[in-house]
Amino acid sequence: MSLVLTEEQELIQQAAAEFLKERAPIAHLRALRDEEDPTGFSRAIWKEMAELGWPGIPFAEDHGGAGLGMAELGVVLEECGRTLAPYPFLSTVVLAGGAVARGGSDAQKREILPGLCRGETLLALAFQETGRFDPWVIDSKAEKTGDGFCLSGRKTFVLEGHVADRLVVVARTSGASGEREGLTLFLVDPATDGCELTRSALIDSRYAARVSLSEVVVGRDAVLGEVDRGAEILDPVFDRATAALSAEMVGLASEAFERTIAYLKDREQFGVRIGSFQALKHRAAEMFCELQLAQAAVLDALRALDEDRPHAARIVSAAKARCSDAASLITCEGLQMHGGIGMTDEEDIGLFLKRAKAAELTLGDAAYHRDRFARLTGF
Amino acid sequence: MKDPGAASIEAFRSELVEWLRVSCPASLRPGAKPTEEDRAAWQQAFCARGFTTPTWPSEYGGGGLSKAEARVLAEEIPRVASWFPVASFFGTSMLGPVLLEFGNEEQKKEHLPKITRCEIQWCQGYSEPGAGSDLASLQTRAVRDGDHYLINGSKIWTTGANQADWIFCLTRTDPSAPKHDGISFILFDLHQPGVTISPIELISGASEFCQVFFEDVKAEARNLVGELNGGWTIAKRLLEHERAMLSGGTGRPSDSPRARKGPPPAPKSALAESARPHLGEAEGELADPVLRHRIAQWEMDALCFGLTLRRSGEQARAGQGPGPATSMFKLYASEMNKRRSELLMSVRGAAGLGWSGDDFEPLDLMETRGWLRSKGNSIEGGTSEVQLNVIAKRVLGLPD
Repeated sequence: MSLVLTEEQELIQQAAAEFLKERAPIAHLRALRDEEDPTGFSRAIWKEMAELGWPGIPFAEDHGGAGLGMAELGVVLEECGRTLAPYPFLSTVVLAGGAVARGGSDAQKREILPGLCRGETLLALAFQETGRFDPWVIDSKAEKTGDGFCLSGRKTFVLEGHVADRLVVVARTSGASGEREGLTLFLVDPATDGCELTRSALIDSRYAARVSLSEVVVGRDAVLGEVDRGAEILDPVFDRATAALSAEMVGLASEAFERTIAYLKDREQFGVRIGSFQALKHRAAEMFCELQLAQAAVLDALRALDEDRPHAARIVSAAKARCSDAASLITCEGLQMHGGIGMTDEEDIGLFLKRAKAAELTLGDAAYHRDRFARLTGF
Repeated sequence: MKDPGAASIEAFRSELVEWLRVSCPASLRPGAKPTEEDRAAWQQAFCARGFTTPTWPSEYGGGGLSKAEARVLAEEIPRVASWFPVASFFGTSMLGPVLLEFGNEEQKKEHLPKITRCEIQWCQGYSEPGAGSDLASLQTRAVRDGDHYLINGSKIWTTGANQADWIFCLTRTDPSAPKHDGISFILFDLHQPGVTISPIELISGASEFCQVFFEDVKAEARNLVGELNGGWTIAKRLLEHERAMLSGGTGRPSDSPRARKGPPPAPKSALAESARPHLGEAEGELADPVLRHRIAQWEMDALCFGLTLRRSGEQARAGQGPGPATSMFKLYASEMNKRRSELLMSVRGAAGLGWSGDDFEPLDLMETRGWLRSKGNSIEGGTSEVQLNVIAKRVLGLPD
């Protein structure tokens, strides 16, 4: 598939850019943060996005979706990255929604996905238990009871868990922490006895939840997919989420880069515009190159997933590593080039730095993905 | 067949396959041993169809093919022939495209067919001892003298001048004008009195470069390309073609649908595999975690750079020149090659320190010379710093 956007993708991009500029510009993120909005985003705007069909992009038409692919979702996420729109695409649509679409029974999909596509049902994937991303380091246990399971354990960094109507909880039905085998996915209503959520505010003005599970009893019908074989659902879901997050990072890095270039052309010191200094020009040109590589890598990663290409995971890891490095370079250099004003809360460049760092450390940073890329390349 | 374009491509393919079957002598087939006689006949037939410059117009000796037809040609030739003539890249990739754009009819008719037929080897007279990165300060003079210009001065880093027949040369024709406005682009014969060519030995021990001296050398006035004193525009255009070439092309996808059959092989890294015997392994992973990460970083960058080239190629409309983005490609390709050579040195340790003799493996000696040679990648064809300046100015629009 070509790395150039199709006509349909261009239309989605234009619609997304116009909508976000109008309804969710950076001022929107600031307002939510300053008002300490407990949700962290506007449910009304999320419904409007659903009317435009965005949350349903990757889901089958039978379940209320648009039946499109990651390439189309990536276009929307790139635009969200540009305005730092804090909407639950990663948590609800790609991570938890992806797990339901991939592992769920017909009944589970019919129950959950149409509401998700309408912007009514919010989901979160509760898997992570440690700071650094490592998908199989899971201690939470699910023990078989008479006609169901009893879940116990602690989850951290559950993106948008604070507002989720349903949690997809990953727990161990066999094996030991660190092992890929022996994991099972469960659909859990957060209101169930023994399930406690606390909201944590993150640097990027978004929320995640800590989830404490103490003897949470669920029925047999809460199992998503097959017992002990949750990794088979999670592997492709993490790849899709990693590519989607990378697309958002390309958007935020592009915007931070363009804002920095505009500043270099505008700001005067020593009687000249600072963009005329070669020390800054060369660094700006290097940022441009890194951004070009990140863009191409993300476009190909999204298409590799849509085509079910063998070894797609390898380009996904390359894309996340390149995006992590590029977004970090561009936001750090962008702040430096803004000088003192860049350190103030009033200037937006700091918001880009914060979101870039959160995205970098979500779903594995550059070092994690270099290691994975090397393994997938046989060394 | 989905569309008439595809149908005409397949018609071209059938015609070509038949022509190759008839024209390629038996001794040039894969596995056979070529005879000199057959080689000459094959070269003549191949060049007569303009296949060394397949996309040039046939009126100037080229193949007159579309880009799609040229891709078919590139696919089909190696199936039939173990060898085929390749014209000098200074002619095909640098001078030729510039003559097609800026040359007059007489110049095109005179010079292009000789490039196609591999009759004339060209070299590039750009850098001078006092004009490297600041190319526009060049001092080699061309002074009009009747039908001729008299050339005096010196060029340096002239690749292959000692093998070349003609030179395309930047000369100063108006010393009183601002430096960019007094330069002309002139072609002349190197086989004449007053031309002295001295090879330059490099740190790698090789000497592919020369310094060339001109003392009252004659260039016919009709071989001045473009406007008098308008040579800088042509010089820059040619550099874009050079940079596109140095960065490994303008992004043609390598996997044509015809070539793709069966499941793709498991991805492998040549760099990691050459490191494996030196570093050892633990459970299949290279045992040195730091070098392993550096190799992974290099491989990822190479993969993403390849995708960037492909994307740029797909974005470019047919007929457009390579454009200023090629500065990024040259920059990145040279830095990538330097990093690869540095990694090969780190990986091999003292085994990479040999200069000559039987104590070292020939491959190790070659890679070490390659490491030294790679240092020039970010200097030749415009230094990396110049490329960064070009990106900052032309792509990002930063102020002077």
